[in-house]
Amino acid sequence: MGINRREFLRISGIASLWGLGGRAAFEILKPGVLEAQTREPLSKAKKWAMVIDTRKFKGEEDFQRCVDACIKAHNIPKVTNVRQEIKWIWKEQYENAFPDDQNQFLPEGMEHKPFLVLCNHCTNPPCVRVCPTQATFKRPDGIVMMDYHRCIGCRFCMAGCPYGSRSFNWRDPRKFIKENTNLEYPTRSKGVVEKCNFCEERIAKGLYPACVEASNGAMAFGDLDNPNSEVRKLLKENYSIRRKPSLGTQPNIYYLV
Amino acid sequence: MMYDENKIIPMIIIFVALVTFPLWYNLGKAAPKPDPKIDTPVIQALQNKQCIEPKAAMKTTHMKILDEWRNDVVRGDYSRQMTTADGRVFEKSLQNGCMKCHSNKTKFCDQCHNYMEVKPFCWDCHIAPKETN
Amino acid sequence: MFEKALTGTRNYFAWLIFLLVFIGIGFACYLYQYQEGLGITGMGRDVSWGFYIAQFTFLVGVAASAVMLVLPYYLHDVKVFGKITILGEFLAIASVVMCILFVTVDVGYPNRLLNLILYPSPNSILFWDFIVLNVYLLLNLLIGWNVLTAERKAVAPPTWVKPLIYLSIPWAISIHTVTAFLYAGMPGRHFWLTAIMAVRFLGSAFAAGPALLILLALLLKRLTPFDAGQEALNKLRNIITYAMLASIFFVLLEIFTAFYSNIPGHKHAFQYLFFGLEGHGKYVAWTWISVVAGIGAAFLLLLPITRKNNAWLVAACIGVFGSLWIEKGLTLVVTGFVPSPLEHITEYAPTLPEIFIALGIWATGFLVLTLLYKIALSVKLDPNSASIH
Repeated sequence: MGINRREFLRISGIASLWGLGGRAAFEILKPGVLEAQTREPLSKAKKWAMVIDTRKFKGEEDFQRCVDACIKAHNIPKVTNVRQEIKWIWKEQYENAFPDDQNQFLPEGMEHKPFLVLCNHCTNPPCVRVCPTQATFKRPDGIVMMDYHRCIGCRFCMAGCPYGSRSFNWRDPRKFIKENTNLEYPTRSKGVVEKCNFCEERIAKGLYPACVEASNGAMAFGDLDNPNSEVRKLLKENYSIRRKPSLGTQPNIYYLV
Repeated sequence: MMYDENKIIPMIIIFVALVTFPLWYNLGKAAPKPDPKIDTPVIQALQNKQCIEPKAAMKTTHMKILDEWRNDVVRGDYSRQMTTADGRVFEKSLQNGCMKCHSNKTKFCDQCHNYMEVKPFCWDCHIAPKETN
Repeated sequence: MFEKALTGTRNYFAWLIFLLVFIGIGFACYLYQYQEGLGITGMGRDVSWGFYIAQFTFLVGVAASAVMLVLPYYLHDVKVFGKITILGEFLAIASVVMCILFVTVDVGYPNRLLNLILYPSPNSILFWDFIVLNVYLLLNLLIGWNVLTAERKAVAPPTWVKPLIYLSIPWAISIHTVTAFLYAGMPGRHFWLTAIMAVRFLGSAFAAGPALLILLALLLKRLTPFDAGQEALNKLRNIITYAMLASIFFVLLEIFTAFYSNIPGHKHAFQYLFFGLEGHGKYVAWTWISVVAGIGAAFLLLLPITRKNNAWLVAACIGVFGSLWIEKGLTLVVTGFVPSPLEHITEYAPTLPEIFIALGIWATGFLVLTLLYKIALSVKLDPNSASIH
């Protein structure tokens, strides 16, 4: 491998002096090196956020790829009783994901348009406020985390979450997990609440969240506090919406429409 | 003199019998001595077969270590690796740390746990390595 | 004094056995739930609290309502309540016991319940509810037991009991206020997000609790030589009347705000309750029964011909209790989840094991109540213990 971190920074620094974007600098580098290097600062963000470019989701398989990547990465059970399903990231129609902005006339294709929804990792998370044991809490990097060892299963957080992003293990999830389990990641036990963890176990290794990786560039992930991050650039260049902003929860999932 | 001795004495006998029931029940059924094995292929291939702490320390404090690790990783300083006194680095993880070497849960963990009648709930969530036999 | 609960008539023991049968069935169902998980209930990801938490909420009200006897008796010297104040306090004890049991069976990981104390979280209303409920239980145990012991010995209760009695008055208000805060502080649940939730709770509690007390007092009069006294019942009836009217008024205030503001999210829950929403209306019939029973009972309590007749009073009390049980013990919790945050309508109905577990807890509450009342009445009716009242 021909390049070290210092040299990478030097090249990308020079590239930006030339007025090239970060991406242009990356292109100078060999493929693979890019991945190894850009992931380095992934563990040091101040405020993780995600931008979902809904325009890039064309067909059913675009959604399914992301959802399946998550299910596989986190051993999410496929509960047969729909009422008691467990979901970390899934598909909802526009009018369900954004019930507050219902225009009578919508652009072509917007009605019933599917959106990926997941935990918003809110800046002011009501679930964290209501948890009686601090089993759910906010990490310094913004991730709203679950401590499955401490959760008593009171489900106050589910009542508190205005996005329906939390699932409870009504039964032993092991009964509903298919053969191809991820042996590097645990399952949950019955009686605890679970939800999207922004792939904190992957971020710690410098990897992007599983859904982002599977999205073929339709989803971006990065530090909202870093003005040069990919998410900030996307938000600068595009108009974005968030779910139920009037509640003051400050979601950290942005949608480009 | 005692009143109602015809009621009290049988009741005392029943009470004592009930309280000592576990002793009677297990009488003559000595549990086999635990015989934990550490001879997994991974361990056999190791140059330095020393765990993160000496055997005696691991025996008595592994549960404490696991609990500390858990706290560090989930809600402490979020550090995922630890360095032993002699400078080797390990992942602070039951599933991706301990069990990578000790891949024989039934012959390693369960031996003593069963003998001691302790039922840790680790395996409700953490996935034990597949064992061949 | 415990020994007084161990002797009694044949009917007394038959009643205890009857309750024990329900407790047994409930316990068996709970073991099943403990084994299988809360999946055996009708709850799900959309309606994530159900019958258990609704019973809990209703019973916190019944527990708090003891203050409607304690406050007039100790602060306003309403002497006629002297005879039955202990009944109110013991009803509070039985109710709090049920509350604690209902929360326990609703928790997914009951072995970890102590985490509430091990990791105290002042930001969580549930943490405060846990504290105020347990302290309220302790207060009523200390007060009830000491006052009764003193009565048996025909002496005045120890002086340190008096401050506890005064403390129990605001404390009763606090348990129901904090319980209302469980609901009233959640963003995105329009039905619960209302500032009058706490007073609504108190209003309905001060109607439902005393209604149950009147029914219990009249039952005791029929079954035992104990007579609470007509005057005490009349005073309680007046309390119920005003509390019930306030309660109806509060619901009308909610309906006004929802429909005059015309905000869809605020209207949905009421539409669901009264008319059904998009073809879903499991609770429409219940709601109208509650409305008719509540308003009917209010009229019975107000009209001069019916209010002075104990037969009508019984009907009114059943109406009040039933109406408010439907409102708080059934629909309040469920409707908060309809529609879901993603605007789906998932209906909830408790399953059979869920209902049997709830019945088992109610039976446990009535068992505690029976034993406590038995002790209290034995003291009060004992010719050898000079009653100070």
